[in-house]
Amino acid sequence: MEPLDTHISRQYNVELENIRSLVLQMGGLVEQQIDQAITALVQGNQALAETTIVADYKVNNMEVTIDEECTQILARRQPAAGDLRLVLAVIKTITDLERIGDEAEKIARMAVQLAGEERPKNNYREIQSLGNHARWMVHDALDAYARMDTEAAVRVAREDRKLDHEYDGVMRQMVTFMMEDPRTISRVLNIIWAARAIERIGDHARNICEYVIYLVKGKDVRHISLEQMEKEAREAREGE
Amino acid sequence: MPATNMSTLKAEAKGLNFYYGAYHALKGIDLPVAEKEITALIGPSGCGKSTFLRCFNRMHDLYPGNRYEGEINLHPDGVNILNPKIDPIEVRMRIGMVFQKPNPFPKSIYENVAYGLRVRGTTKRRVLDEKVEQALRGSALWNEVKDRLNSLAFNLSGGQQQRLCIARALATDPEIILFDEPTSALDPIATASIEELIAELKEQVTILIVTHNMQQAARVSRYTAFMHLGEVVEFGDTGTIFTNPAKKQTEDYITGRYG
Repeated sequence: MEPLDTHISRQYNVELENIRSLVLQMGGLVEQQIDQAITALVQGNQALAETTIVADYKVNNMEVTIDEECTQILARRQPAAGDLRLVLAVIKTITDLERIGDEAEKIARMAVQLAGEERPKNNYREIQSLGNHARWMVHDALDAYARMDTEAAVRVAREDRKLDHEYDGVMRQMVTFMMEDPRTISRVLNIIWAARAIERIGDHARNICEYVIYLVKGKDVRHISLEQMEKEAREAREGE
Repeated sequence: MPATNMSTLKAEAKGLNFYYGAYHALKGIDLPVAEKEITALIGPSGCGKSTFLRCFNRMHDLYPGNRYEGEINLHPDGVNILNPKIDPIEVRMRIGMVFQKPNPFPKSIYENVAYGLRVRGTTKRRVLDEKVEQALRGSALWNEVKDRLNSLAFNLSGGQQQRLCIARALATDPEIILFDEPTSALDPIATASIEELIAELKEQVTILIVTHNMQQAARVSRYTAFMHLGEVVEFGDTGTIFTNPAKKQTEDYITGRYG
């Protein structure tokens, strides 16, 4: 992957740099949405939850804007090689970011539901922890993208496995609650929905990491094992 | 150069050096040419791609002081067409060429196509008629010119003239056709029809095309060779070259970066 700003056409440099930084802006917005949704749920803050739900339109708007910019670049520049991979990676990344935004909105909706209910003794510690974990994955995935760092991308993908284990733990705990006291079922179901949304955020973060590896190495690492992915990401390209 | 799952080999350059007098224009070129596939040669001006293409029909023989070293072997017989003992006229019957600007002879449409056959000694009118029709059909020109075969070739449009030149090259049943920037003098519509024609021609002949238009190389070819300063920098499957080239120089060229 060559530096973006070395084209003969300076205007082209500007256009590519623009979509790249728009993705990071969109990512920042999405991180904030996750953060607010989790906080709203954990603290029982209904107002914050509602703000978060409303703000999802901003994420959607950014997706549309960036998509349009990419379409223009494809139509006008016919990018090749690393530039083509960048545009494709951007198009795919924003789809995942938009979905993360939707998951954050779901968590916020559960937060609204849960705000009126009795709070559990542990103050949703497990959701806080699961949520932080997913949020940092998104952060690190975007960081890997910004720095085109495949090693960092692999680390995030590895985190997704841990997040899945953590999610399984939360599920077992929730099932126990429901068995112990059936009156909690409706509340616990809402928590389960939120946990599920958080787990999905981790999957999307992993997807973004796969695009980073595609962007930098030109290798498609979707639908393969983590070990295989690590190997592909480490393999040097010819001439490196 | 590794050939990626290459089908049958039609021709092969091996250690090819070429000199314009003292100037060393091609430096140790090795390149496979797959049978009935389209191979594109791309690279900046002066990289030697046209020089290389012209070696394939011994065009450089026309000027004194030019010198070949190495081989271009034509398969299946494996004859080295650069061997001075091989008659260039015979090479040109087997390997036709189409140029940048359409260059029909100042003759009728019919005579343009029949020319190569007459050079080869075909005189029977029936055979000529048949071959001319076949070649014009092959170049997708027949329906447009069948009622005016005796009118002057210059009366045709640029795109039609280029297709006439392709028909002229096809008439002698060549095994390879060389295209030297065949659409750079044509508008986008005529370009599209020539590209379509080239894609159809690969059913019957092997094609080697030089183009400045990288999108054209990406659109029409199966294999691409990137040349720079008289050398083949990278050769491979066109899809790979345009999405994930192995060499920095190739990437810089196809993405429009400073070399």
